Amino acid sequence: MTRDMSYEAVMARKGEIMRKAIGIDYDKFESGGIAFDYERMMRETGYSLQEIQKIQSETGVGNTPLLELKNLTKLARKLAPKGKGARIFIKDEAANPSGSFKARRAATACYHAQKLGYKGVIAATSGNYGAAVASQAAMRGLKCIVVQECYDSRGIGQPEIIEKARKCEAFGAEVLQLTVGPELFYTFLILLEETGYFNASLYTPFGIAGVETLGYELAMQFREREGRDPDAVVVTNAGGGNLTGTARGLMKAGAQSQIIGASVDLSGLHMASDIHFNRKSFTTGHTGFGIPFATWPDRSDVPRSAARPLRYMDRYVTVNQGTVFYMTEALAQLEGIERGPAGSTSLAAAFAIAQEMDEDQIIVVQETEYTGAGKHIQPQLTFARENGIEILLGDPTEEIPGKNIILPKDPSYIKKNELDVNKLRKSYIKNCIHNNNVERITDEDIKFLAEDTKSSIEFVKETLNEIGVQY
Amino acid sequence: MDAKKGDWVRIHNIVLKPEERSPHLPEDTQKVPLEMWVKGFLLNEEANIGDEVEVETYIGRKAKGTLVEVNPYWKHNFGKAVPELLYIGRQLRDMLAEDGE
Repeated sequence: MTRDMSYEAVMARKGEIMRKAIGIDYDKFESGGIAFDYERMMRETGYSLQEIQKIQSETGVGNTPLLELKNLTKLARKLAPKGKGARIFIKDEAANPSGSFKARRAATACYHAQKLGYKGVIAATSGNYGAAVASQAAMRGLKCIVVQECYDSRGIGQPEIIEKARKCEAFGAEVLQLTVGPELFYTFLILLEETGYFNASLYTPFGIAGVETLGYELAMQFREREGRDPDAVVVTNAGGGNLTGTARGLMKAGAQSQIIGASVDLSGLHMASDIHFNRKSFTTGHTGFGIPFATWPDRSDVPRSAARPLRYMDRYVTVNQGTVFYMTEALAQLEGIERGPAGSTSLAAAFAIAQEMDEDQIIVVQETEYTGAGKHIQPQLTFARENGIEILLGDPTEEIPGKNIILPKDPSYIKKNELDVNKLRKSYIKNCIHNNNVERITDEDIKFLAEDTKSSIEFVKETLNEIGVQY
Repeated sequence: MDAKKGDWVRIHNIVLKPEERSPHLPEDTQKVPLEMWVKGFLLNEEANIGDEVEVETYIGRKAKGTLVEVNPYWKHNFGKAVPELLYIGRQLRDMLAEDGE
């Protein structure tokens, strides 16, 4: 029997392929409308926090150091009004086996794949997650394939993504590299079908539950060290899993910290554009993922994403590429810690937000990532220049993504831009209505939407009135 | 002959021609094919660059494509000098030293 391997035919088999490759029957949690039982999905298909701690300790994941950034705090206080300038801490997630917090997600995915008897795992990612899956798969004796979007049509690859490919290969994985385009998913489906491997998706309940330990550790480390919880936790936001898992872990510890998402502003650049692909200096942690995934999380590679950032987010800020590069350099120069640039997104945001907070308050940057050839400010800026991007000194708020990168003239120019979270909430509600093709929504849907946007029944009703949907 | 059986090589493939691609793409991406590269051990007895070949990838999967590189290696590095970055460390250290410590 020869299977039809055309784009349309493979995409039409998506549901069947996914069921075999994840082993979750998502239908169980559906209500037939917009709503689904998120907490039940997390409970019945994920693992408890204690189980995950045990799974992660088997492969050396987690319990990463919490460092106080004393010099950056001092600098923030010099720029802040009198009495302002919260203490800035950072959780050094680069200390995980594969060099980023993604090891937490990969640990549970690979454990689960092994438990269910899969021979191998496949991940579709150009990010640190590939190396994390490859590393965890190596420890558990599983085969691993990583599918990357890496090159433009000229065959020129993003240095940061190339470095991640190298790291995956170092752990014995096969790396399949593609040019730009969302049909990466098509190749991914073919590989799942061909190999029968497990889909180590970033968005499964166990993947997200893997990050809960990060939030939980933060609360425990602060209680032990400072006798209190942090006031604010800043999370670099792309697909929403980092934010969701961290927030859930903090809640499981009983912490009430404010959850702030931060992304690099890449507005104006189209993520599926061949020409724009190599005009950006950040391959993750940017608004090109952050906003679409916040306002429509179920766009991911599983039927229901366990990463639902609006459910947990209190604030969402953006920073410019130049600002993040400057802060990456500042972290090395003042704190003696050299880490990858994308992980410094939340650091740049925290440095600006700390200046609004009182001196006795605590703000924490919840991750770092490893740095290396390609994955470093110097090769990134070299690459940007070779792709026609101007590198300037000045006011980064004037930066135009894809045209220039503006490094702040001095640290007083480090600013964050506050996004209107209510606008994102409304956009998510609209997407739910549109993508589910509903004209009338139930009380259950309204309750779900209020929970899924961390808003209220009134807010949801007000939004429905605005767009003329009956309830 | 550029490569013999068992050599570590890189192959290239067109996954989708422009007309086979998803209809929901920006114009620039729509005009170009979806291309793929993968590495493996050559299964053909011998081959030259540009030949259609079959490889066994590191995990043991078989894949076909055009031979493009023998003994492929990574060429990424720490970039060229970026003089624009040099002021940052000195500026920050000076600011912190202003307290007269």
